[in-house]
Amino acid sequence: MYAFTYHRPATARQAASLLAKKEDAKLLAGGHTLLPTMKQRLASPGALVDLSSCADLKGIARKGRNLVIGAMTTHAEVASSPDVQEAIPALAYLASHIGDPHVRHRGTIGGSVANNDPAADYPAALLALGATVVTNKRKLPAEEFFSGLYETALDEGEIIVKVSFPVASKAGYAKFRNPASRYALVGVFVAKRGGEIAVAVTGAGEGGVFRWPEAEAALKARFAGKSLDGLKHTAKGINGDIHADAEYRAHLIGVMAGQAVAQATGKA
Amino acid sequence: MSATGIGAPVRRKEDHRFITGQGRYTDDINRPGQAHAYFLRSPHAHATLKKIDTKAAAAMPGVLGIFTGDDLAADKVGGLICGWMIHNKDGSPMRAGPHPALAQGKVRYVGDHVAVVVAETLAQARDAAEAIAVDYGVLPAVVDTAGAAKSKTQIHAEAPDNTVFNWHLGDKAATDAAFKAAKHVTKLDIVNNRLVPNPMEPRAAVGDYDQGEGAFTLYTTSQNPHVARLVLSAFIGIAPENKLRVIAPDVGGGFGSKIFIYAEETVCVWVAKKVGRPVKWTSDRTEAFLSDAHGRDHVTHAELAMDGEGKMLAMRVHTTANLGAYLSTFSSSVPTYLYAPLLSGQYDIPAIYCEVDAVYTNTAPVDAYRGAGRPEATFVVERLVEVAARELGKDPAKFRTQNFVRKFPHQTPVIMMYDTGNYSASLKKALETIDYKGFPKRRRDSGRAGKLRGIGFSAYIEACGIAPSAAVGSLGAGVGLWESAEVRVNPIGTIEVLTGSHSHGQGHETTFAQLVSDRLGVPLENVSIVHGDTDKVQMGMGTYGSRSGAVGMSAIFKAIDKVIAKGKKVAAYVLEADEADIDFKDGNFTVKGTDRKLDFGSCALQAYVAHKFNGQDLEPGLKEGAFYDPTNFTFPAGVHVCELEIDPDTGVTRIERWAAVDDFGNVINPMIVEGQVHGGIAQGVGQALLEGARYNADGQLVTASFMDYCMPRADDLPSFEVGMTVTPCPSNPLGIKGCGEAGAIAAPPAVINAITDALGHEDIAMPATPQAVWRAAQKTLSRMAAE
Repeated sequence: MYAFTYHRPATARQAASLLAKKEDAKLLAGGHTLLPTMKQRLASPGALVDLSSCADLKGIARKGRNLVIGAMTTHAEVASSPDVQEAIPALAYLASHIGDPHVRHRGTIGGSVANNDPAADYPAALLALGATVVTNKRKLPAEEFFSGLYETALDEGEIIVKVSFPVASKAGYAKFRNPASRYALVGVFVAKRGGEIAVAVTGAGEGGVFRWPEAEAALKARFAGKSLDGLKHTAKGINGDIHADAEYRAHLIGVMAGQAVAQATGKA
Repeated sequence: MSATGIGAPVRRKEDHRFITGQGRYTDDINRPGQAHAYFLRSPHAHATLKKIDTKAAAAMPGVLGIFTGDDLAADKVGGLICGWMIHNKDGSPMRAGPHPALAQGKVRYVGDHVAVVVAETLAQARDAAEAIAVDYGVLPAVVDTAGAAKSKTQIHAEAPDNTVFNWHLGDKAATDAAFKAAKHVTKLDIVNNRLVPNPMEPRAAVGDYDQGEGAFTLYTTSQNPHVARLVLSAFIGIAPENKLRVIAPDVGGGFGSKIFIYAEETVCVWVAKKVGRPVKWTSDRTEAFLSDAHGRDHVTHAELAMDGEGKMLAMRVHTTANLGAYLSTFSSSVPTYLYAPLLSGQYDIPAIYCEVDAVYTNTAPVDAYRGAGRPEATFVVERLVEVAARELGKDPAKFRTQNFVRKFPHQTPVIMMYDTGNYSASLKKALETIDYKGFPKRRRDSGRAGKLRGIGFSAYIEACGIAPSAAVGSLGAGVGLWESAEVRVNPIGTIEVLTGSHSHGQGHETTFAQLVSDRLGVPLENVSIVHGDTDKVQMGMGTYGSRSGAVGMSAIFKAIDKVIAKGKKVAAYVLEADEADIDFKDGNFTVKGTDRKLDFGSCALQAYVAHKFNGQDLEPGLKEGAFYDPTNFTFPAGVHVCELEIDPDTGVTRIERWAAVDDFGNVINPMIVEGQVHGGIAQGVGQALLEGARYNADGQLVTASFMDYCMPRADDLPSFEVGMTVTPCPSNPLGIKGCGEAGAIAAPPAVINAITDALGHEDIAMPATPQAVWRAAQKTLSRMAAE
């Protein structure tokens, strides 16, 4: 790790002003990606702006037909929240299966979403549920927010404040873990909101999280696991690495989609 | 059996210290004025060092010194050694290139040591290392084990065709003749995957030089500090033995990887004098992946010949063994004398012939890793045997029984003389434990659920308790493999036992104390085990090859014999009886036929106050030492059965049941033995399903972290059913065979035999990852569909 200066503002506004003032500053959320990278000297920010004391970035609330989760809410808080468990149980389930207990008690939804790791779990949920990312400057629909591997629509100095999830009538998440890292080799989040069906895939796409229109069309006809029988995702555009080549990952998309639907329909 | 004696499941004395954070590991040692070393490592697998410019780096804050291979040469510091000479088929010695602790002229693997920076802090050392300008002349890398000998790129000038040796064992003519006469021949191509040891504690070293005494101290993560001192003194030339103290304090696991004498500790102790400061280095996990000696990495073609009834006639094996970029301390012995002599397995095979080509590649050095050669041999034997049974349409258990060695001693055609065993007994117990009879039903049930269920056997044998010094000497070892012990009885009867064995997870502080408690009738807490310090323990050979029980405890046993003999002399004076009339039992010296007695503690006191005898007739004191050199290897053997289920939709393999029935001879502490079996199986399952070190074509290690190198976790494993059979070992006084490596040796073929049983074909390699199994299962499903 190289030397850096450390700041701990009390509000998102103070954080934004520090971020604007300090040269080469980075936001620190749970730190479970940034700190190991810094320790390996692969990242060397001049300043860290720690968001952990920004009370206005924390908390979970039901607001009408939406579930709103503050950016600095940890995975463990999401997983154990009665509000989340009642409104979107699949989201609580997803959060309860991120990483390990250390990660879940430090890692945050805002940090995960901003990092947009192609193997992270949350991006699939945001995309499938049609969530909105609320920043200190604007509101971004998930479709526009995730723009590529580790890339988002966030501008310089922009801070995620909260994520707003419309409550789905049915939702399910299934992931196949990388045996070594236990990140999602393939994760599929399926959501039904009225007549709208969304199937979002993480872990597999060359460009990060994406939707699977063929599966959505099939499920629109009938929201049941059977509807996916015989449906195969193409290996085109799918990641390959030493753990899983594109063909295997593409196959797992189908299997995980089936499991996610089973979970959403109470058949798991 | 007493509550703390031999055979009692005593809780480990050392665990309270470890689990409350009171262990004292090398990195916990901080010497006054200590500086820190950082190694600049090669980013290239193979390159000439055209220029190393350290000028800018040397001027950076906190830097105390920067040293390269040129400085080693100037100081005439010797290279790292390989302590086992192997001869080629033609009798010529193996072709070994030099192995300097800091690269000289060339780097040969990613992670090779280019320079060391010593600075006030680690961060400063690291900063300065980044400022060293190295001009590399990048060369093509040789990575592939099977293709290394044919590569146009030569790694060491001394080793044409990148070949260290072409070695063989066994009677080729007799073997070939037996194959000609055979009715059936089973052939198999096998890759034994490369593993990274990954002990929980990474390697570390603190070098210290006392200017007043002119003496060095090295604290290091070693399984054998005396061997480290011997090598550093006699071969590398740091200092004479009396001026070099090596301390291996608590060590957090080794699995073989901490046997060897590495560049880092050599450099730390050398530069401590140069900078006039104690120098510490602690490996980070990435460095451990890159520079700890790896294990396995064999490519093998093997054949087994049988007659019309399925009786084994002969075995023929050709192996190419990857030794990496340099020869590590015992690397040459692993694919030779620790491998081929185990190819007879538990079977009566009249003729065996094995050829081994050992190659250099631009990868980390490869050396002993839990089992060392014996897992590779067992994998060859047990895969061959399983496939042969399938080809002959025989039940794999019956086929094994048909060919088991039954009469002991049994001379194999590959050196080993098995002393004792009862292989059928272990197999029988294993079959009962796994409910072999119920397997067909369980398989049908799995099939109905769309799953593929399989069962796999592994009837392993290993040669442990290494080893008779004369025997290993005749095979090329540079050392003898005896062990030493000293039993120091204090005046009130408490005892310190000094042992040349080294505990780094094995629980010696408990088991060794149990032996003493049992034999001398003293409470367990009155016995302390002292190890890991060359200033305390005079000489020893360390811990590896499941030798500490069979060899290390035998030395203690012998020393206790001497203590008792001396105690009898003391008691004879005190009890005013003839020495021949003194008995010793349950902690009391008694006079035969009388009620006169002297307890052990009082005897010790009498030995030290020495009032009852004069020093001319009997020396005061109660302290005895012994060296024990075993008369044979020991041969732990057993049968492991793995039952698993494959989900053909995802390729996920779930181990459902595991029966392990081992014959370790007599057991000192069954709880610790079970723990060793559990850990060994976990590592073996790791090799079979999860672990595999992979280099890309450029020689970059692509599995250099736990993100990509998959270690076994608790949820990858079933609850093991562990049982034992006992045939006491006749070649040591305690009847011990050793248990440390059995699980790691037994497990891989059991898993792969079960997977191939489930799949119905043999087309799967280790590690059988979900992806690999999924692909193999598609082949199975399409065959099933066609039928």
